[in-house]
Amino acid sequence: MNKKVLMQGNKVIAEAAIRAGCRFYAGYPITPQNEIPEYMAENLRKIEGGTFIQSESEIAAIHMVIGASAAGARAMTSSSSPGISLKQEGISSMAACELPGVIVNMMRGGPGLGNIRPSQGDYFQATRGGGHGDYRTIVLAPATAQELADLTMEAFDLADKYRGPVIMLADGMMGQMMEPVVFRTPRPRNYHDDFIMKGAEEGKSKIIRGLILDPLDMEEHNWKLDRKYKLISQTETRHELYKADDADIIIVAYGTAARIAKGAIKRLQDSGLKVGLFRPITLWPFPERELRELAERVEDFLVFEMSTGQMLEDVRLALQGYAKISFHGRPGGIVPTPAELANVIVRHCDERCKDI
Amino acid sequence: MMIKSIFSGFGGQGVLMMGYVFAHGAMSKGYQVTYLPAYGAEVRGGTANCTVAVADEEIASPIASEPDYVVALNTPSLYTFQNRIAAEGTLFLNSSIINIRPTRQGINVVEIPCGEMAEKIGNPRVSNTVMMGAFIKKTGLFSPDIYMKSLEVVMGGKKKSVMEINRVAFMAGYDFLNI
Amino acid sequence: MKKVFEKPKSLKGNIFHYCPGCGHSIAHRLVGEVIDELEIRGKVIGVPPAGCAVLAYNYFDIDMIEAQHGRGPATATGIKRVLPDRVVFSYQGDGDLAAIGIAETFHAANRGENITIIFINNAVYGMTGGQMAPTTTLGQKTTTSPPGRDTVLDGYPVKVCELLSGLGGTTYIERCTVNSPANVMKTKKAIKKAFQYQIEGRGFSLVEILSPCPTNWKMTPIESCHWIDESMSKVFPLGVFKDEVSAEVKP
Ligand SMILES: Cc1ncc(C[n+]2csc(CCOP(=O)(O)OP(=O)(O)O)c2C)c(N)n1
Ligand code: SF4
Repeated sequence: MNKKVLMQGNKVIAEAAIRAGCRFYAGYPITPQNEIPEYMAENLRKIEGGTFIQSESEIAAIHMVIGASAAGARAMTSSSSPGISLKQEGISSMAACELPGVIVNMMRGGPGLGNIRPSQGDYFQATRGGGHGDYRTIVLAPATAQELADLTMEAFDLADKYRGPVIMLADGMMGQMMEPVVFRTPRPRNYHDDFIMKGAEEGKSKIIRGLILDPLDMEEHNWKLDRKYKLISQTETRHELYKADDADIIIVAYGTAARIAKGAIKRLQDSGLKVGLFRPITLWPFPERELRELAERVEDFLVFEMSTGQMLEDVRLALQGYAKISFHGRPGGIVPTPAELANVIVRHCDERCKDI
Repeated sequence: MMIKSIFSGFGGQGVLMMGYVFAHGAMSKGYQVTYLPAYGAEVRGGTANCTVAVADEEIASPIASEPDYVVALNTPSLYTFQNRIAAEGTLFLNSSIINIRPTRQGINVVEIPCGEMAEKIGNPRVSNTVMMGAFIKKTGLFSPDIYMKSLEVVMGGKKKSVMEINRVAFMAGYDFLNI
Repeated sequence: MKKVFEKPKSLKGNIFHYCPGCGHSIAHRLVGEVIDELEIRGKVIGVPPAGCAVLAYNYFDIDMIEAQHGRGPATATGIKRVLPDRVVFSYQGDGDLAAIGIAETFHAANRGENITIIFINNAVYGMTGGQMAPTTTLGQKTTTSPPGRDTVLDGYPVKVCELLSGLGGTTYIERCTVNSPANVMKTKKAIKKAFQYQIEGRGFSLVEILSPCPTNWKMTPIESCHWIDESMSKVFPLGVFKDEVSAEVKP
């Protein structure tokens, strides 16, 4: 059986990636994710065929990943918010060229240089494509070290399955925190040789490109990508429900915020309030149908994010007209306490009682 | 049950190590644990701290706004954390180098001259292990055996003599507290 | 009858879309011939740029992956590290290489990546309509330096070979041109040497080609060739800037 180890989040991601067969990593230092490149420098280079490059910039890193991915390697890069902005050019290109790869964003406070505290301000950027053009990326939002391990492995599988970039969206706290983890055995890679560029050998030469000058052809390519995104939306949503069975009010939160929400819900156990949690694990595709199903029996939803309200828009898209939606946010790198959120919930319920 | 502890001191006093070994020990005892180090700008200027949560249930937040235990190895740590300790919580202080005493009321204070004790044992660098002996005795979460095993794992096959002096240091701290 | 002019096998035979007298056509052909002569068509991977040569994969019958503007050396790095026994080259213009992609170029060179860069210096941004490039010469008129490039307002021409040959990671750096049959032959020799060095695992090589852009220079092809002799090559002297192997460095 695989052993339980106590490991820091950033290192968990790196180790899980290596176990999943990642053989190419490029990245540029930025807090709070520096342990990922450091771990890769130490460990990936020891593995046969493993390449670690400290690139000159985040831009270079993502374009190296593109090359490595085209050449057939499982490839990854990681950064934190400002660096992820720089990677968008390449992420858009990967979507266009249908190249798999994993991009890790350990979010920090922003906009601009912001700070290095945990934050969830990059939700829009991650779930709306982030770069230019008509595309989406799968976005996975782990909330425990165990999920950092499991979802990193899953990210590589999804990237191969749908041939595109997959974003791991966590934050500085998830990256810095140590928690026990058991690494599961990864699935064997399933990626067709035809997609790999190796030189034409004796055969026909291959082209990988996103440039499609004829608008009719480009349109067809856009629709083709869109069909893929629709399929992903229908089949790949993941979420967790916690104490939702008989809840009167549902907190919607992901990642670190969902942990805080669980803590708040536990504190309210004996308060008489029936509070549950809906935690999206895929942020794109957003588990919209699953949330709406909940709205058939719950009408009060409180969205909680470490931002000024971004996932809130997806909740509105899912629930507008079906339920009441409220919001509590702490942007800027604040991680509120479960006690604070519990108070917010209590106040929210008090006001709701007044309404009635 | 949910216990949150903060270990704080100068960088180099081994506070991150203390927290890490403690968390590892709690994990091997079967508890849920989280360990969160201060990072980035927080650790500039030579101070370091980490927060360890130990529970028999899922841990929501790894942050301790009201820690049950604070281990302060230097004076700045005492200032920083004395007012955050939960009511009835416990402050462990390194009385060898902290000359002031907390102004905060309603908490327990455990003074351990761990610097002097480590000197006596023959290596000033094990003063954090002395402190952990006292800490483990007071918290009663797990046995000295488990702590020593975790220390061995965390230090990753250090020399026998290093383990031995740490064992002596740990037991000195453990026996120092009569409870 | 003996054929004296034959399409290289590593070219598809599609008609080039480049303007008459454009250096890209010649450079493509030379790269194609070298690939044929070294018999590496099956194991070469090319990285075309954003620039007039963006459609290079329509002409080369080899595996090619497009790079975003300026990122060719990074993409090539990723490929080469995963497939070290393939021959990997990026093909870049002066805007692509010396402006937006200078960091990627500089650092791929400095890491000593075992790749080759074919660098087309035509002193303007060709594809976007003749704007000033980092390599535009002083006084040269472009659409974004209408009175002529001015050192105070626009800075100085970037000399890529001079810059890169100072880096520890580079092995072979040569500047050539294609404005005369003799120079074309020299350029081909340089390209061949660069690929050969890569095959031998000797590290980073770059061949800069001073290349006519009659359209944006607003000259005839013949005038363009003269301008390279009379003006451009005075700013960008031809020659071998670095050759760690046979050490026949001139300038
Ligand atoms: C990020 C980005 N910025 C701008 C462009 C537009 N663009 C395409 S090619 C080019 C310049 C090409 O000039 P050069 O590299 O000198 O090549 P040439 O066309 O002269 O061969 C520019 C600015 C782009 N494709 N991508
Ligand atoms: S614009 Fe200049 S570089 Fe582009 S194809 Fe025409 S001549 Fe060649």
